[in-house]
Amino acid sequence: MGTTLQEGRVAISDDVLVIGGGLAGMTSALAAAEQGARVRLLSYKKSTLRNASGLIDLLGYTPNGDLVSDPFDAIATLPEGHPYERVGTEAIRAGFDLFDEAVGETYLGHHTDRNALVPTYGGTVKPTARYPVTTAAGLASDPRDTLLIGFEALSAFDAPLVADHLRAAGVPFDVRGVTVEFPKRFRADATAMRFARALDRDEPADEGPSNTRAALVESVKAHLDGAERVGFPALLGDDYPEEIRGTIETALGVDVFEVPMGPPSLPGLRLEDRLDGALDERGVRLTTGNPAVGFDADGGRVTTVYTDRNGRHVPFEAEQVVLASGGLVGKGVKSNREGVSEPIFDCHVPHPENRYEWFYDDAFDDHPFARFGVHVDRDLRPLDEGDEPEFENLRAAGSVLGGYDLAAEKSGSGVSISTGYAAGRAAGESA
Amino acid sequence: MSSHTDHHSRTGVVVIGGGSTGCGIARDLAMRGISVTLVERGNLTHGTTGRMHGLLHSGGRYAVADQESAKECIQETRVLDRIASHCVEMTGGLFAKLPADEEEYFQEKLQGCRDCNIPAEVLSGEEARELEPHLSPEVEKAIWVPDGAIDPFRLCVANAADADRHGGRIETHAPVTDLVVEDDAVVGVKVRHESGPGKRVHGKEGETEEIRADYVVNATGAWAGHVGEMAGLDIEVRPSKGVMTIMNVRQVDTVVNRCKPKGDADIVVPHETTCILGTTDEEVDDPDDYPEEQWEVDLMIDELSQLVPMLEDARTIRSYWGVRPLYEPPDTGTTDPTDISRQFFLLDHDERDDLGGMTSIVGGKFTTYRLMAEKISDHVCEQLGVSTRCETAEEALPGSEDFSVLRDYMDEFGLRSPIGKRSVQRLGSKADEVLKTGEPNPVICTCEAVTRAELRDAIGGSGTDLNAVRLRTRASMGNCQGGFCCHRMASELYPTHDESVVRESLDELYQERWKGQRHALWGEQLSQAMLNHALHATTMNRDRDPAKGSSAVEYADFDAGPGPAVDADGSTRATADGGVPDGGVSNESVTDESVSSGDGGDDAAGGTRGDQ
Repeated sequence: MGTTLQEGRVAISDDVLVIGGGLAGMTSALAAAEQGARVRLLSYKKSTLRNASGLIDLLGYTPNGDLVSDPFDAIATLPEGHPYERVGTEAIRAGFDLFDEAVGETYLGHHTDRNALVPTYGGTVKPTARYPVTTAAGLASDPRDTLLIGFEALSAFDAPLVADHLRAAGVPFDVRGVTVEFPKRFRADATAMRFARALDRDEPADEGPSNTRAALVESVKAHLDGAERVGFPALLGDDYPEEIRGTIETALGVDVFEVPMGPPSLPGLRLEDRLDGALDERGVRLTTGNPAVGFDADGGRVTTVYTDRNGRHVPFEAEQVVLASGGLVGKGVKSNREGVSEPIFDCHVPHPENRYEWFYDDAFDDHPFARFGVHVDRDLRPLDEGDEPEFENLRAAGSVLGGYDLAAEKSGSGVSISTGYAAGRAAGESA
Repeated sequence: MSSHTDHHSRTGVVVIGGGSTGCGIARDLAMRGISVTLVERGNLTHGTTGRMHGLLHSGGRYAVADQESAKECIQETRVLDRIASHCVEMTGGLFAKLPADEEEYFQEKLQGCRDCNIPAEVLSGEEARELEPHLSPEVEKAIWVPDGAIDPFRLCVANAADADRHGGRIETHAPVTDLVVEDDAVVGVKVRHESGPGKRVHGKEGETEEIRADYVVNATGAWAGHVGEMAGLDIEVRPSKGVMTIMNVRQVDTVVNRCKPKGDADIVVPHETTCILGTTDEEVDDPDDYPEEQWEVDLMIDELSQLVPMLEDARTIRSYWGVRPLYEPPDTGTTDPTDISRQFFLLDHDERDDLGGMTSIVGGKFTTYRLMAEKISDHVCEQLGVSTRCETAEEALPGSEDFSVLRDYMDEFGLRSPIGKRSVQRLGSKADEVLKTGEPNPVICTCEAVTRAELRDAIGGSGTDLNAVRLRTRASMGNCQGGFCCHRMASELYPTHDESVVRESLDELYQERWKGQRHALWGEQLSQAMLNHALHATTMNRDRDPAKGSSAVEYADFDAGPGPAVDADGSTRATADGGVPDGGVSNESVTDESVSSGDGGDDAAGGTRGDQ
């Protein structure tokens, strides 16, 4: 695999070109490849899921803010224009089937339509549809008594505080938290990555004859006191999470789970690795490291997409193009003082003219900016100002789409998977 | 007015207002041996002081129009460089001339600086760009003056701390509800403790206190009129708002002024790791309620990118507004606030209004806060018959001594250089005491490199008011605007304070951080806002926190796991869907011991930070 670029001269040609290496882009590429198409994925940044918790939310709350137990019941009530309304229930289910197959045993939750409630590092619980197997023993509807372990040097997870907060959230089990010292000391600004690497390599502990894993088990054992499961912040290994968790479970004699954390997020990175493997298996070609910056069109069809490689434009030709370049965070949607735009194809992004109407005064209000993105027809083609498709063969997927607030609804991953699937399948069929 | 008062106390002098002037007065009086109580309605720097652009004036800005102020500025800049070196960075400043700016004014400025004894040197365009490479190629020439940058938060805290050290009482979150007047004299104030006396603690019920005093100083600046009204006084402050916009990096290392007579958006001040663009000058009716307008922010960038072109595409972090306490004596009749003098005025209400016991101080500016404090303290001492001399210009502020051995500190505390350097700078001579901790000292705020030890020290001084902690440490004031660290800061309140207090403090800090960003919500900062929104709402679910919700979560309605299954590591897990565990723990290696002790789960066994 890999890419041999003949820069600037002969364009690289594929059936389907997917722009964006996040969850939506990867799902799109898998779905298109499933149709037998020759697929290329363009990804600017190497790692795009490092900000993601690794939980796969489908729909956690209705637009009114009501907690959703069965997302498929609630989807029927979503307003016109919402990405789920655009693709329909069948595509959502098929997208999740594709995801389940791609991630295999590393994710759970497919046995039921119901959401699971997963403890967060903020001490709340949140509804999600699929969860990494490393988090499974921690579900909040599982009434086993719980011990949470935090580390002095990892300030983002204060285990006793999280335990108190969970208790305030009314979880149906006893939960305690203790803070211990990690067996190794790192520099003052070390992230979860550094902790994970020490466990991956089982580096020698700072004190005593043990290595990190065994020393960690020892420091937790003393606090077990009848707990039936033990939760750690999500740092139990980058390369060998199963092995590390297994070792700790065996030594402690109880189930072990991880609580997903903020960036850099190990469950997010592990998911990325897994999906990379799936892309590889399906023969998707990957080109990474350069941003898509422009295109050629002919008769209402995109013919060529250009990436920028050190100031030179490199052409990529395709029959069908999927735009999965991300939202405001991933820069698939850009803004300046004058307005909001989609930078690659200049697709129309509806937004209030006055930028003081992009937000409200309360931090967690229903902010218009959270819904910025391209609007699409039911075939996921971005629409221009007159509600006509911008291009015949361009579809959009994931957070470049507008009309939904992924944070308030807890729907980000689900929208990426279902629209990614629908766009990829349609592109693969048409190519 | 409430008739019931919970507490009564007595002090020598009450100072109303915890800005730079009030804190300076409290320090001055306390050092002269006078018992002093400072009351502030918010946290220190809550009003104008916390909302200035951090410029330590050489006086160059006033050298043409207001030479009295200019002379005071250069004198006080020298004093502050001496007594508050940990709050000051002597960056130097430039008055840069663009082709559109008048040559005549350039010459007047130069002459004005010389008249006022402000060191001034003319640089060619090339020389100026050598000093500041991002200066526009259009800049023809510039005047160099000894401007600097100053941290108003640290300065106020240092003054208040010194007042405290000399026996003064500093009472924040204590708004004055009334002035106590007896026999044509002010004899005290009534305050409402919004969160209990002393350091602020969330959730404590408010109480009232009457503080009797021999003398009252109204140092509330733009709010002086409001305080005056309580005793029927008419104080003609002319509050004037100005916007400041913070950039994400320090594009210039020197203060850059535009060399033109007056106008909006003509200064860039480097400040720690950022630059602050300023400002506008618009009179407002109410210092607590005025419009914060989009055009003001746009103007900063449009105008100042003429001086420093890279500002056009640079990332703004946030914008904030401050209100100047401008004052002009009655009947002056100035219509444009930029024409009002920056000099300060002592209004002795006995002479002026036949009401004894109180003086108001209005006008003036931050750079001369110490001089203002000295003048009014002299006046107060005269009223009280005290003859002690002012020593605030000679005695260094706490934190500014022994501050020469950065490298040693870094080694000693095992801090990486940027972290060590900045912690030690912020802490000054307190670094030893604060950072010398045997425990892990992780960085809590990565953008501003603030460590746990420093935060805990600040919490020791500010209680659960995380906004006050922020001002002391700069934590949450960098690029991410608190998205990555607000919750970590809040965690440091635990377990001293319980979970609900931590949650409330976090919500308050997060809201406050959000408020300021709103005026910079485009480009990178809008992307950051969306990331923060996703992190706090999606990953942490703080927007729909079930602990806050009115209706309890029906946990049994949700997935409790797929039931007995084979884990990735080959061991079995057991939880039945529907919330019933399959016999508790079924991991094959579970021992009888751990099962049999399963009822002792909630007594926080040995948790190093376990609560209750």
